[in-house]
Amino acid sequence: PAAFDASPIPEDAPVLPFPPGENYFQLREFSFTLRDDIYVRFQSFGSPQELERELQKINPYKIDIGAVYSHRPSQHNTVHLGAFQPMEKELVFDIDMTDYDDVRTCCSSAEICSKCWTLMTIAVRVIDRALVEDLGMKHRLWVYSGRRGVHCWVCDDAVRKWSPALRAAAVEYLTLVKGGAETVKKVNLSEPIHPFIRRSVNVVEKYFEEYALVGQDILGSPERWDKVLALIPEDILSHREPLQSDFPKKRDSVQRWELLKGKMDAPCYADWEIMLQYCFPRLDINVSKGVGHLLKSPFSVHPKTGRISVPLDLQRLDQFDPFAVPTISSLCHELDAAGDDGEQEDGGETEPKRRVRDYKRTSLAPYVRVFEQFLEEMERARRGEQLRRSGKRREEKQPAWGPGGAPWLWGAALFL
Amino acid sequence: MEFSSRARQRHTRLAGDRRDPYPHSLQFYQEPPTENISLAEFESFAVDRLRLLKVVENLGVSYVRSSDSYKMKLEAEFRRLKFPYKALAEDDYDARRKDHISHFILRLAYCQSEDLRRWFLQQEMDLFRYRFNELTEGLRQKFLEHVNLQFEAISEDLKNELANELSTSTPGFTMTKVKEQMFYKVGLSDAVDLFRARRVFIKDGFAFVPLKDIDAIVLNNYRQKLSKALALTARSLPSIQSDERLQPLLNHLSHSYVGPDYSVQKNTGKISLDQIDALSVKSFPLCMRQLHKALRDNHHLRHGGRMQYGLFLKGIGLTLEQALEFWKKEFIRGKVDADKFDKGYAYSIRHSYGKEGRRTDYTPYSCMKIIMSNPPSQGDYHGCPFRHSEPELLKQKLQSYKIPPSGITQILDLVKGMHYQLACQKYFELTHDLDDIGFSLNHPNQYFAESQKLLTGGRELKKEQSHLGNSQQKSNSQESMTSTSTPSSSNTTADAELEGLEAYFTED
Repeated sequence: PAAFDASPIPEDAPVLPFPPGENYFQLREFSFTLRDDIYVRFQSFGSPQELERELQKINPYKIDIGAVYSHRPSQHNTVHLGAFQPMEKELVFDIDMTDYDDVRTCCSSAEICSKCWTLMTIAVRVIDRALVEDLGMKHRLWVYSGRRGVHCWVCDDAVRKWSPALRAAAVEYLTLVKGGAETVKKVNLSEPIHPFIRRSVNVVEKYFEEYALVGQDILGSPERWDKVLALIPEDILSHREPLQSDFPKKRDSVQRWELLKGKMDAPCYADWEIMLQYCFPRLDINVSKGVGHLLKSPFSVHPKTGRISVPLDLQRLDQFDPFAVPTISSLCHELDAAGDDGEQEDGGETEPKRRVRDYKRTSLAPYVRVFEQFLEEMERARRGEQLRRSGKRREEKQPAWGPGGAPWLWGAALFL
Repeated sequence: MEFSSRARQRHTRLAGDRRDPYPHSLQFYQEPPTENISLAEFESFAVDRLRLLKVVENLGVSYVRSSDSYKMKLEAEFRRLKFPYKALAEDDYDARRKDHISHFILRLAYCQSEDLRRWFLQQEMDLFRYRFNELTEGLRQKFLEHVNLQFEAISEDLKNELANELSTSTPGFTMTKVKEQMFYKVGLSDAVDLFRARRVFIKDGFAFVPLKDIDAIVLNNYRQKLSKALALTARSLPSIQSDERLQPLLNHLSHSYVGPDYSVQKNTGKISLDQIDALSVKSFPLCMRQLHKALRDNHHLRHGGRMQYGLFLKGIGLTLEQALEFWKKEFIRGKVDADKFDKGYAYSIRHSYGKEGRRTDYTPYSCMKIIMSNPPSQGDYHGCPFRHSEPELLKQKLQSYKIPPSGITQILDLVKGMHYQLACQKYFELTHDLDDIGFSLNHPNQYFAESQKLLTGGRELKKEQSHLGNSQQKSNSQESMTSTSTPSSSNTTADAELEGLEAYFTED
């Protein structure tokens, strides 16, 4: 893997939208992981340009974004103990494929493939539906983590101020799969079935056959179907044996599933419980709960894969292919190519700067567009809110994320 | 309600403005009163509210809070003490004003320590819950608007539209019940506990909460506000403490006892000294039994123990002469010689009988006073064993007194719940072989008196006639609650005086 020194960093703008008029940017914590696993926290900067310079100087492997604090994080040692507090932060969710190892047949741990990637698609759909319809959230940015999962950043003004208790409550509301390695049956439903569960099942159902029955083939062999049958509750044991004897007679998982479903009648929800255990999203509460918790920055480079952590386009979620995401090397190649083709626009421009504007000619462009749309939507909402409040007087405030809303490109990360 | 002609004039004249400061019978006590009141009113308001809160406490432990018994008894107390209860606004001004002022006075008295704050918060919350639930739907809605809790009831149309969702998400709500009850639209942050457990329907960032769960939300809101206010009050306390008129009263309120003070004994002289050992086992509450045993074992007691036990003995009928003899005989067996006793200890015994110095006749300590003030340290034997002893040690002591294991468990449970006086009541029941103590204990001398009554046949042993047929519940019709005596005088300054004296005679 190539080391790359100069970063093709384009015009200023931090990755996340900061409300105009406040010195949010100076109060935002960044953390870096440097070579040899040196981790530095409480980095803060006076301006995006300052951040850019620092990045070029130290070339971090990983860049994480934290909370907006009461004081500049870089000066936290000069503040009274207890006075330095995280004030707000986006509500974040982290969904990681390794949490599904017990139900994946194709891969395990850090590996992913196109077959199991559907789990992430399902997770995004289930969670996003709940965030919008149930929790009333508007500004959600879903991001590919760069290796084996997805993140969500909820940026609504009110939500950024949520307490840890409220964040934890949201995760609990969204949790259906409970229990660790020792728990065999991780989903237990009883009547009455809460609308959240019902609606989530509706989403899962759309993917279940293709993903679980065909792709994962969860009823494809006695070993596999025993695992599934083990999830049918004890008191409905009478179902297990006939199924065990009938399964071999069927051709494939799809047929066997039909057989299984046929045996279910309310109040038995074993079929739903199985679907949910195999497909329902698994969240890490610790990531979401803490206001000060740091999370990988969108558009940063994943140190282990070289892939850029790109925003997901919810309109084309089902077509997303993690293996087609640009890597730092592929981007550099593209930029070099673009540089050779293009003319010198300005005599006085230095090379890196020209490269800077060329990111639009790389395969990163569509992802940047998704991000820009997200920002535009936030800006629109904010203007609407200001209009409502200030009546006629229209505030022409410059969004703090700079002209054009162009994002950062953390091209400088070294990876080995 | 009766009005004197003067009051009636005042009423008609001010009917308009009167209602404004107190538009509801209930309030969050967010604005302190700003009028002038007399010290007498200050004191009587505070004492009445304290009585009310104690009733709330007792009833809350003895009855299920939503039961009819609880409501009936609490209502009676409201009327008796003239606090606002189900009256029209015009008629209720005085009661509401009293409610308002008395709450703030007690805040001053009860903000001073963690224990006091916790107690006050708990009783005020129970009080609030009761009053909130007694409001009619309409008044409840109005009240919520008044305190700016944005819980709007959803329209019938919306409710019908969401009926299915509401019924499947709210435990215990069939479609019929959904149609019957009011549902409120509440912000997520106000309904955290319901929403985290998926026990409520949520949509667009709002929770749809049935009336029965609204009170929990409102209560939580009230608790947060009051808790903050108490902390703030505590910080501004020093300036209030400098007011000489108020501080003694406030002090005494937080230690006060509202019942007979056992200072004048009809039984004076009826006890003989050689009975005391036996009495300590049969009729003394645990605290005094413990003190007596320590005195016999060590031939000495420190100041705190001498005060608590000495005054108790006075209360059970020991004359001054008896007391002097009692203490002297015991102390001489220890390290004190007769001369030293006469010079020092005798003086303070006479002092506590009102025969020396300021000649105040000191009153025996109530349970409240013993529990709340002057906690014992190493080498002390005073205090309340249920409050101050390590549970393990308490257990051992009860075992040595041959209390049956199931009884000990019950006592320890009550102790864990911080119901010290109830634990002592249970001790009474176990040592007197009773199902139900039949009275509400708040004074060691009361314990003794009741015990003696029982043992000497002054009262028949009878099973409690429970109103609801539930043998777990206790009756709260006791003499002490209906006492009209003024609260016992504070002994704190007097104690300090005595202590100073004692130091003069170097304690061992």
